[in-house]
Amino acid sequence: MSADPAKASADPAKASADPAKASADPAGLYRTVRLIRRFEERAIQLVRSGVIPGGIHPYLGQEAIAAGVCAALRADDIITSTHRGHGHVLAKGADPGRMLAELAGRETGLNRGRGGSMHAADVGVGIFGANAIVGAAAPIATGAAWWLRRLGGDRVAVSFFGDGAVNQGVLLETLNLASLWRTPVIFVCENNRFATSMRVENATAGSILGRAAGFGIPAETVDGMDPQAVLAAASIAVERARAGDGPSFLECTTYRFDAHHTWEHIARPRYRTAEEVAVGSSRDPVEVAGARIPPAARAAIDAEVEALLDAAEEFVAASAVPDPAGALDYLYADGMRGRAGEPA
Amino acid sequence: MPILSYLRALNRALAAELERDPAVCVFGEDVRVAVSNVTTGLLKRFGPDRVIDMPISEQAFTSLATGAAMAGARPVIEFQIPSLLYLVFEQIANQAHKFSLMTGGQLHVPVTYLLPSSGSRTGWAGQHSAHPYSLFAHVGIKTVVPATPTDAYGLLVSAIRDDDPVILFAPAEAVPQTEDVDFDSLAPVPLGVARIHRTGTDVTVVAVGHLVHDALAVAEELADTVSVEVFDPRTLYPFDWTALAASLERTGRLVVIDDSNRTCGIGGEILATAASEMRLVAPPKRITRPDGAVLPFARGLDLAVQPNRAQLCSAIETVVKHS
Repeated sequence: MSADPAKASADPAKASADPAKASADPAGLYRTVRLIRRFEERAIQLVRSGVIPGGIHPYLGQEAIAAGVCAALRADDIITSTHRGHGHVLAKGADPGRMLAELAGRETGLNRGRGGSMHAADVGVGIFGANAIVGAAAPIATGAAWWLRRLGGDRVAVSFFGDGAVNQGVLLETLNLASLWRTPVIFVCENNRFATSMRVENATAGSILGRAAGFGIPAETVDGMDPQAVLAAASIAVERARAGDGPSFLECTTYRFDAHHTWEHIARPRYRTAEEVAVGSSRDPVEVAGARIPPAARAAIDAEVEALLDAAEEFVAASAVPDPAGALDYLYADGMRGRAGEPA
Repeated sequence: MPILSYLRALNRALAAELERDPAVCVFGEDVRVAVSNVTTGLLKRFGPDRVIDMPISEQAFTSLATGAAMAGARPVIEFQIPSLLYLVFEQIANQAHKFSLMTGGQLHVPVTYLLPSSGSRTGWAGQHSAHPYSLFAHVGIKTVVPATPTDAYGLLVSAIRDDDPVILFAPAEAVPQTEDVDFDSLAPVPLGVARIHRTGTDVTVVAVGHLVHDALAVAEELADTVSVEVFDPRTLYPFDWTALAASLERTGRLVVIDDSNRTCGIGGEILATAASEMRLVAPPKRITRPDGAVLPFARGLDLAVQPNRAQLCSAIETVVKHS
C-alpha cells in the first residue's frame, strides 16, 4: 500500500515526536528559527568533522520562511522540500535527532540512512521528501494535494522551491495544472537571489510573480526574513486552499548567508563579495524573531534548543550505521530483490 | 467463444480495476475520447473524476501521479507515444522509482505507465517509433511487454495492483492479435513469470513482445528440421531466469530476438546471463535493431532496421549446426 500520513502516524516505527512543529506565537516562531539556525551551524561542524559525509546545503538566513509557512500548517498537511531542505523538515515537525542521524547516514535516521540531506522524509508528519532535482517536487506536492482533495477533507500541500526553479519547465507546467484544477497547494518560492552562483537577474526574464500571474494564481512578495510576515501571508494562502479556492504563490525574499553547499568552504568559488554577503546578512531572521520576545524567554528557548541539539548529537553518536547487507533494502515495496552485482 | 482483441483486453483490465478499487484512476492525453482505443467507454462508466484528460504537460502529470500515489491513489498513465518516455525519464527513473529506497520504505509509488502502441508503427517515423523497454529494465522499473491479449489483460491487472511503478509496453505489432477466449477466464498474470508458447528440444528462442508471433511462425516453418522452443519472458524486469535456465537445460542452444538497439539492449543481458550461468552447447545469437538505430520513415527503411523472420531463421540454423 502507498503510505498515507494519517495511517503512518499510527505506526510507532514511522511516527515522529512533534517537539519542533512550528507554532504560531512569537515565542514559537523564534524557537523554530533558532532551532534551524543552530541545527545548521552544528551540521556544518559535523560536515567538517566527517560525521556527516559529503556535505550539506545550509539553510542559514532563510529560516523565517520554513518557520512561518509551517506554522500555518497542520501536522496532516503535506510538504515537499528541496536540496536545501533541513529547515522545512524541522519546521514541519521531524525529530531533530532523527534528522541529524539521517544526515550522518545512520540506521536511526528519518530515512534509515538511505536518503541523506537531500532526500529527508517523514511521512508521519506529512513530509513527502526533500528533492534533489530543482523544481521536481512541485508536481508531487500538487498531485498529493489533488488526491487528498478528491478524498474529501481540507488538507493542503506546500511545495518549497528556490528562485532557480522558476525557469524549470516542470514547475511552470505544474502551476498551470494546479490553477486549472484549483488544487489546494501553496507554492513557496524562496528567492535567496542565487541559483548556486547565478544571480536571479541573470537567470530570470520577466518576474517571479509574473509567472504565477500568468497562470491566474494569486501571488505576493513576502519579507522572507520575518517569520511573522511569512506566517501572515501563508495563513491566507492556506485558508484559500482549504476553502477550495485553489493555489497561491508566495515569493519570499531572503538571502543565503552561507555557501550554496559546504563544498564551497573548500572550493571558494567567487561569485559574491564579502561586502555583499555582509549587507545581505545584515538583517537576520533570528534577530527579527528574537526581538519580539522578552530576553529571558529568548534565553530560555536558546537553552532548550541547545539541550535538544546536544541530545540529538548524542543520539547520532549512539546510532549504528546501516548493515551493508541491507544496501538495497526498501528498493521495492514488496521486498523484491534483483540479482546481485556479482552472484555469490 | 468471443474474440478478445489486444486493445479490448487492456480496456477490460482498466475497467475491472477501476471497478474493483476506487483508488485507481486513468491519466492521459485524450483518454476521455479514447484516441488510442484503450479507454473506450471508461468516461461514461466511471466519470471525469476517474478518467482524467491531461493537457500536454507530460513531465508535470507524470510526477503529479507520483504525488497522488504517495497519498493513496493508484494512477494509470496512458502515453500515446512511446518517445514521450524520454521526456519523462526524470519523473519515472529519478523520482517515482527512487522514493521507496530513498525514504527507507516510507513512501511507495504504485503508478502504472501504459504504452498502448510501442515500437514501429507504419508511417510514424523516428520520434513515434521507439521501443525503450530495455532502458526501463536497466533502471529497475518493473517492465512488462505482453505478446497476447490474455497476457495483456493479466499483466495490466497485476501492474495496477503492484505497489511499485510498473511500465507496460503494448507493441504496435502485437496489437492486431486476437484470441478466442472466455472472458470470464481472464485472470491476473503474475509479474516475473515467463511463458513457453511452444516447447522444443533443439533451441530456445527468447522473443520479446510482438516478436513472439514471429518466433512462433518461424518455429512452425522449421518444424520438419528443427525443434524450436518459443520462450516469452513477458516481464523483462524482473526476468524469469529460472525458467530460462530450465529451458536451456532442455535445448542447450539460445537465440534472442529483441526490438531494442543492440548496445545495452535486453538481448545482450539475456545472452550474457545464459553464457555465464546456464547450459549452452553452442554460442548464442541475438537479433536486434542495429546499434544506435533511429527508425527511418520510408517503409522499406523502417523494416530494414527491425528484427525480422529471415534473420531469426538464419540464426536458428547457425546455432543448431554448431556441434
